[in-house]
Amino acid sequence: MTAKANETGATAGVYAPPAAASGSPEGTPVSLRNLTRAFGATKALDGMSLDIAPGELVALLGPSGCGKTTALRIVAGFEFADSGEVLVNGKDVSGVPAARRDMGMVFQSYSLFPNMSALDNVGFGLRMRKTAAAQRRSKAAELLDMVGLSAQAAQYPHQLSGGQQQRVALARALAIEPHVLLLDEPLSALDAKVRLQLREQIRTLQQRLGTTTIFVTHDQEEALSMADRVGVMRDGRLEQVADPSELYSRPATAFVAEFVGTMNRLPGELAGPGTVTVLGVSCAVIGHGGHGGAGSPPIEDGLTSGPVDVLVRPEGLTVAAAEGGNGIVSGRTFLGAITRVAVLLSGDTEVRVDLASAAALAIPPGTSVQVGLPPTPVLVARRQQ
Amino acid sequence: MATLTSTAGQAISPDNSKKRRRPQDRPAIWRWVILLIAGVYFVVPLYAALRFAGLSGFKDVFTTAGFGSSLWLSIRLAAVTWIVSMLLMIPTTVYVHLRMPGLRRLLEGVTILPIVIPPVVLIIGVLQVMPLALRASVWLLALEYVVLAMPFAYRALDAGLRAIDVKTLTEAAGSLGAGWLSTMWRVILPNMRTAVTAATILIVALVLGEFTMASLDLKQTFPVWIVLFDQENAQISVAASIFALFVTWVFLMLITVIATRQSRRTGGGEVTLFTVAPQQTIGN
Repeated sequence: MTAKANETGATAGVYAPPAAASGSPEGTPVSLRNLTRAFGATKALDGMSLDIAPGELVALLGPSGCGKTTALRIVAGFEFADSGEVLVNGKDVSGVPAARRDMGMVFQSYSLFPNMSALDNVGFGLRMRKTAAAQRRSKAAELLDMVGLSAQAAQYPHQLSGGQQQRVALARALAIEPHVLLLDEPLSALDAKVRLQLREQIRTLQQRLGTTTIFVTHDQEEALSMADRVGVMRDGRLEQVADPSELYSRPATAFVAEFVGTMNRLPGELAGPGTVTVLGVSCAVIGHGGHGGAGSPPIEDGLTSGPVDVLVRPEGLTVAAAEGGNGIVSGRTFLGAITRVAVLLSGDTEVRVDLASAAALAIPPGTSVQVGLPPTPVLVARRQQ
Repeated sequence: MATLTSTAGQAISPDNSKKRRRPQDRPAIWRWVILLIAGVYFVVPLYAALRFAGLSGFKDVFTTAGFGSSLWLSIRLAAVTWIVSMLLMIPTTVYVHLRMPGLRRLLEGVTILPIVIPPVVLIIGVLQVMPLALRASVWLLALEYVVLAMPFAYRALDAGLRAIDVKTLTEAAGSLGAGWLSTMWRVILPNMRTAVTAATILIVALVLGEFTMASLDLKQTFPVWIVLFDQENAQISVAASIFALFVTWVFLMLITVIATRQSRRTGGGEVTLFTVAPQQTIGN
């Protein structure tokens, strides 16, 4: 764990915390078992199951209304599941009120108590646990120091910036040494730069303390950069739970493939199991068990032959200037080291291809180009209407 | 107001004079005219009353029989009305905000009834059904005042709760281990101070000035005493009412100043009737 902390501690660079930290270094395992929750006719959760290892940070990612926040609130004890159970350390906490669950939570909206100073906010949970005043104050000061806000201890929430408020909220949630840390889109109200800093800070702290953490977000970049594993949710179910790189390179469903990162859809023809013809070449198909959720087009599973969509990432395609090629450059977006080139293929299909910016200079809009596929296998989805 | 009137000033050309007046000059003039009219409206009767009462009226008022006891009764009634109103209305508004936000409109409608129904009707109805023991007690009046003050108390408290994120604050307190009582006492109530102050001002002002119900209930509160004594010695009676006006004003100013000081400390604004400044946050 120390190695881990050193590894990432450098990136935040805000503090050099003392070795004797709070929290349970061994972490607490959390399991969600078959959770269902309906609001009227809407199924917010439809049989969601997830096992979280001790000390792990799992991000729940999905569009709004996918049930991620409901899941988090059920774990926190603010909502109750219609069926299913939440196991913390192997014990079902479904009947335990929120106040006794020992879970620290950071909310999307600013949730600091306006009538208390930053220090008193952080010490609130300890006060509720009847910790002696002196001990409470020193512990709260230690945590404020950990989030780099010692100087602001006496300030009231209205005197703090949004980013500072969320850092105090994080310190407040961690002060009670929670079994589980719950983060409900804590960064979404902040501006981009502050968001990036706080993201690193949260991750560093979480790794150092080893607190099992569930992080709800709709921002894929946030999820991919912070989490040990990311669970992509849709319609109350988990479509796929995997570590960020697997999620990106081997998405289980077309929904995951297109929700995480940028994806091109190319019309192709499935010739038989394992081979697809696209852009005039034959390609291998990524094999899958086909665990697509309800309503999602399962990749490969169920598809035997016929017209399909082939999913390829922008960095998975090749492009080169060629007289009489299969496409025409329609635009370029400079992104720094790389440039995203838009190419219009015949049949009105537009694809985006990532190129080194220097190479992209050679193909201004209007250039006839040849778009090709890499030798790596591709994903296949049911043809979109 | 400035923007409103200045656009009006631009639309209508000021006058035909060669020197065009800047648009913002006009509202300034109108402001003074309106202030003057309002001032005359309020100050002239007050001045007339002062002249009428004379110095002797003020000298005698404090020693007149009934002055002290009726004022004391009104003050006690205000205190009891305030306590009962707060005990009743604070938990109700908080609960409705948290658990049944859909009922807010209904509650708004219900709480306005005491304004719609004339006090005469209310008090006659109450006196008809109340047992004699309660009818004889002065505290029945306090209970009636609670009903009468409900529209004001509810609106002030509701506005205060709207200014804070009750749900998130309650959940944050809950996740940190606070029970229902601790959450109310340490988190919700301290952040409702401004609203509670506004409600207090309204209740106190209402009770100290209420006449209809008290007189029909045959209780000699301060306003009732003033009217009764008027037949005996009009000068002293008028002096008493000016004194009452002054006492109420000082009391309300005191509450406002104290509440504003507290509110400023935690980022709120000035406390006035019905105005509850939302919490402010600086940038990101």
